Amino acid sequence: MLLIHCPYCQEERPELEFRNGGEAHIARSRDIAAESDEAFEAFFFIRTNPKGLVYERWRHIHGCGRFFNAVRDSVTDKFLRVYKAGEPKPADVMKNLPEHSAWENIPPADQNVETPARDRVSTDGEA
Amino acid sequence: MATTTTKRFAATHRVAGKGRLAGSAALGFTFDGQTYAGVQGDTLASALLANGVHLVGRSFKYHRPRGFLSAGPEEPNALVGIHRDAARKTPNVRATVQELYDGLTAVSQNRWPSLAYDVGAVNNIGSPMFSAGFYYKTFMWPKDAWAKIYEPRIREAAGLGVAPERPDPDTYAQRFAHCDVLIVGAGPSGLAAALAAAESGQRVILCDEQPDVGGALRYESGASIEGQDGWTWAQAAAASLLARDNVRVLTRTTAFGYYAQNMVGLVERVTEHLAHPDLTTPRERLWQVRAKKVILAAGAIERHMVFADNDRPGIMLVSAARTYLNHYGVAVGRNVGVFTANDSAYPAAIDLKKAGVNIAAIVDIRDNPSSALVEEARSLGIEINAGRTVTGTDGRLRVSSMTVQAKSGGPARKVPIDALLMSSGWTPSVHLFSQSRGKVAFDEPTLRFLPGIYAQDCISVGACNGADSLDATVDEGFAAGEKAVRATISAKPKVDKGETWGGGMLGASPGSGPEQIVKAFVDFQNDVTAKDIRQAVREGMRSIEHVKRFTTNGMATDQGKTSNLHGLAIAAEVLDKPIPAVGLTTFRAPYTPVTFGSIVNHAKGELFDPTRRTPMHGWEEQQGAVFEDVGQWKRAWYYPRKGEDMHAAVNRECKTVRTSAGIFDASTLGKIEIVGPDAAKFMELLYTNPWAKLEAGRCRYGIMLREDGFIYDDGVVGRLSDHRFHVTTTTGGAPRVMHHMEDYLQTEFPHLDVWLTSITEQWAVIAVQGPKSRDILQSLVDNIDISDAAMPHMSVREGTICGGVPTRLFRMSFTGERGFEVNVPADYGRAVWEAIWEEGKKHDVCAYGTEAMHVLRAEKGYIIVGQDTDGTVTPGDAGLDWAIGKKKSDFVGIRGLTRPDLVAPGRRQLVGLRTKDPKTVLEEGAQIVDDPKQPIPMKMIGFVTSSYWSENCGRSIAMGLVEGGFGRMGETLHVPMPDGVIEVEVCKPLFFDEKGERLNG
Amino acid sequence: MVEAITVKRRGALDHRLETINGVSLQPAKPARRVSLRAEPDGLAPLSKALGLDLPTKPKTSALADGRSALWLGPDEWLVIDESEDAEPLKDLAEVTVLHSAVDISHRNVAIIVSGSKAADVINAGCPQDLGLQAFPVGACSRTVLGKIEIVLLRTAPDTFRVECWRSFADYAFSYLSDAARGV
Repeated sequence: MLLIHCPYCQEERPELEFRNGGEAHIARSRDIAAESDEAFEAFFFIRTNPKGLVYERWRHIHGCGRFFNAVRDSVTDKFLRVYKAGEPKPADVMKNLPEHSAWENIPPADQNVETPARDRVSTDGEA
Repeated sequence: MATTTTKRFAATHRVAGKGRLAGSAALGFTFDGQTYAGVQGDTLASALLANGVHLVGRSFKYHRPRGFLSAGPEEPNALVGIHRDAARKTPNVRATVQELYDGLTAVSQNRWPSLAYDVGAVNNIGSPMFSAGFYYKTFMWPKDAWAKIYEPRIREAAGLGVAPERPDPDTYAQRFAHCDVLIVGAGPSGLAAALAAAESGQRVILCDEQPDVGGALRYESGASIEGQDGWTWAQAAAASLLARDNVRVLTRTTAFGYYAQNMVGLVERVTEHLAHPDLTTPRERLWQVRAKKVILAAGAIERHMVFADNDRPGIMLVSAARTYLNHYGVAVGRNVGVFTANDSAYPAAIDLKKAGVNIAAIVDIRDNPSSALVEEARSLGIEINAGRTVTGTDGRLRVSSMTVQAKSGGPARKVPIDALLMSSGWTPSVHLFSQSRGKVAFDEPTLRFLPGIYAQDCISVGACNGADSLDATVDEGFAAGEKAVRATISAKPKVDKGETWGGGMLGASPGSGPEQIVKAFVDFQNDVTAKDIRQAVREGMRSIEHVKRFTTNGMATDQGKTSNLHGLAIAAEVLDKPIPAVGLTTFRAPYTPVTFGSIVNHAKGELFDPTRRTPMHGWEEQQGAVFEDVGQWKRAWYYPRKGEDMHAAVNRECKTVRTSAGIFDASTLGKIEIVGPDAAKFMELLYTNPWAKLEAGRCRYGIMLREDGFIYDDGVVGRLSDHRFHVTTTTGGAPRVMHHMEDYLQTEFPHLDVWLTSITEQWAVIAVQGPKSRDILQSLVDNIDISDAAMPHMSVREGTICGGVPTRLFRMSFTGERGFEVNVPADYGRAVWEAIWEEGKKHDVCAYGTEAMHVLRAEKGYIIVGQDTDGTVTPGDAGLDWAIGKKKSDFVGIRGLTRPDLVAPGRRQLVGLRTKDPKTVLEEGAQIVDDPKQPIPMKMIGFVTSSYWSENCGRSIAMGLVEGGFGRMGETLHVPMPDGVIEVEVCKPLFFDEKGERLNG
Repeated sequence: MVEAITVKRRGALDHRLETINGVSLQPAKPARRVSLRAEPDGLAPLSKALGLDLPTKPKTSALADGRSALWLGPDEWLVIDESEDAEPLKDLAEVTVLHSAVDISHRNVAIIVSGSKAADVINAGCPQDLGLQAFPVGACSRTVLGKIEIVLLRTAPDTFRVECWRSFADYAFSYLSDAARGV
């Protein structure tokens, strides 16, 4: 179960309180009735579904009830940034990540207490 | 089952003065019907061994006799059934984990007719047939034989234990817990970490799968910490931790899964060790622990030696024999052999020798083992065969000898023994680290996978991190504890004396090499031998993941805790690749098997899913209502009177509503209050209808679409004031409609000054429908003029009823009759209902249920969203074009409605269907065709959505979605059914009171 | 002044009361409840009308004269008043600043959970950290309990008020009593 930082409650809350709302930044046209078939298709049916950074909507439905947006890495599931609905897509997600939140890759040197140096050959364990 | 004998065997192998159970209460238990004695503190394994019993199971594939390999959770062999009563029969329990209680009943598995004489053992003789990949290759054809012959037979033979047949009567509990530091493993390293972390006052949870803390100190006879022997120090440390408010010590608790963001799943066995558990006490408790920091102090697991016939009862791990002796006071044999590739075997041999057990010989594959331990063993007169190997064993139900030979070959010698201890080294338990998505790294000099790159905020300490001495494990643990709480604690436990471990070998030992046709077991539980792994590689498996699946190595319930690295090393050797290049199979949760009960925990019985009842439910029950499930709601379906079946009851209810009146519980309808100056603007955007000009006090039937133009929900909306609407939704649609509205309000129309509040459960709703409805309510309303002139159809008033109960009174109808819906605050629902009922009795009213409601609305052709629509129906398809505000420039779905497919001819449209034979009632969902004589498969042009017997019409009525239906009025269509084709005539979906005069009285 | 209503009022949890393992589960008295929605910058007149300072910090509540206001969202408060003659809806009726006040007195039902293990009992189904540091007295939050949504308010170190919708009250009470047996 993930922890999700709600930008309105200003703290991390358990995933059970949230509901995913699909891809973010898909704006409904102000003159939707006049849209072409192609434009409506792109708006309603087409989603990017990338491997890597996804911009998605979440609702803290069993909390403050607010919708907000998040940037998440679809490979690791890690939330990289959350921001309020209506705010622009953050351009610098990979920079300025918060320091030492759980679920962050932390180099072993910062993690390990002093142990004797050992000659370790890395393997990813998932051949 | 064999008859139970009453004679108790003496605990012949309990050694006086050894172990920690002296003076404990005596317990009786049975194994396969035989009664034995044990003591409090025993495991089933130690108690059986104390009685000299080694044979406890048959292996999975070859049905070979098996005994105990270990003294802990890694056990692959000694799986038994524990039978508490008829309903509680737990299969595949590890006898090495099951604590003994008085009266425990255990049975062996995978044998017939008995453990000592097992017919299935013929598989052992025919074993060349059962080589790796046997199942994949053998049961391919003839194809038909699979379902009829092979599969049933294999299923019968497969699996070890027998699942219980009755529902599980036990209870289980669950807890979400949060802490600053979670420490997994309460051996010396974990305890040191806990002592350091606890000092800070932060919240610490320490868990261990054993009943006591101490870890390897259970058997490490030489350990001394803080001037006490290791075990005593550990218990004192636990006591000091337990005394703190900020520390929770959970024993008998396995950390089985490491999930995202430091969420660790623990399962606590609460009553498994008790003779008479109270049924209200949970059997197990699932903990979902969210920790800021996790310290993994999981220790290491000893590996066996891979050599011919290494699976006979009596052959076990060195650490197991030592645990049985030093903790349980049990000698596993009287004349014991030892086969080792590292130093760990020596202290075991020394402990046993000092306890009076003869050590027949130590066989050490190392050419020149030299250490103080080796010297001590030698000085005790123990024979040490260096540079030699064990090439085989004898003994059918118990090992009787080992064959010793030089590694290079030469003359072999049989050494008589009654137990054989083996150790090829220690495998650090990196399971949880790996589950945390950390990457392990191979440490070439010590042949171990160790924690490499961390993915989460955790740290591995002690033996699971490769520490090789008691000193180092305590140091690492304490330092990690300090670091986790960012404090420096002065009182680090001082290790006076401790053992070291490390070294050893991976793979098959000399003498069971590639040329040998022998059974040298790698994975005991799945009967995988070294030969099987070599064969897998020869047959083309290159990845360890393929070798694993082809041979099933490591795929049994023990998940290869003792076997994975041997298997990997053998595969690497045959592939002639370094071990890391062959890879390591993925570690997945759970670490050890977890019961479904603990995962389900509270969510069973009435807590499986909420059951929602309306305020009037009790009255309905008293009236004998039959209920139907509508989502989570219980709704009164119909109210049978004496002698009535459902049909008769529904007919009566339908007639009564149209002749006098009926009352109906509509409380489950979703209700949303929409408040704010932009309320009407919001309504305009969310519903197809125009709302701006709806006057306060009036109602309108609204249709809600999704953006794609399809009907999403509908309901009557009352305007209470300029800025306040009372919206109703379908029962099932209430939560999603609220979510849908909030979504648009917050993300697309945030400029609107309006708020939404769910009031579904604020108001109990009593529908009073029928020609007499006004007469009934007339005397009950306090201050509302409900005359036709003052309150016409589709209007709403606020006032009070029944002497002051606030009400929102709607004049509306879902029956086509004059009707009202009385909304009152929920706690008053039943009393007001009863008042209306009393008044109604004067007019011979009835209470009617959802079935009559369905029939009555179908007589009028009113749709039910989700029944007459299926998510692909537009308002136009449903004949509801009139509900779309033609002058509106925007509403959700406006663009979807003009999509090419939605305006194309030939769409399915909702029409009425009259069967030619008025007595025939169509089946809902039945398919409709044009020409019944066309060849099969016929072209389906629609289907029946609603169909009932209408007592009011004196015939059956139905609605259906039919291609181009509006243009087919009067056409005859056909409904093919298994027993004949039914003719239907297409008509308007309106069967009663076509002019709608009754609505207005 | 409200007219005295003579019609019998029936609560969803009438006659349910349990004490298990030192944890008592008790239905709360009937209360007046208002779902109050407003822009955060227009709170002063609403606070004045209610007689308490509407909290603006997440997870906090305000309490004055038996009337509580719970922060549920950035523009949402739950006002609860158990006094007999309290009428928070009427108190708000004259306020002209933009807001929405909706009567939900009967929508919600509350269970008072108290005892030294109260937090453990609630944590059987609620995934939030209920330690006193993370969830001090006065803290409140909409969250989940098992399969339902609740509003949780800590009224004392060992006492919580669990609010849920009326038809979920049976489930909530049964869940809590099952949980109390399991602590």
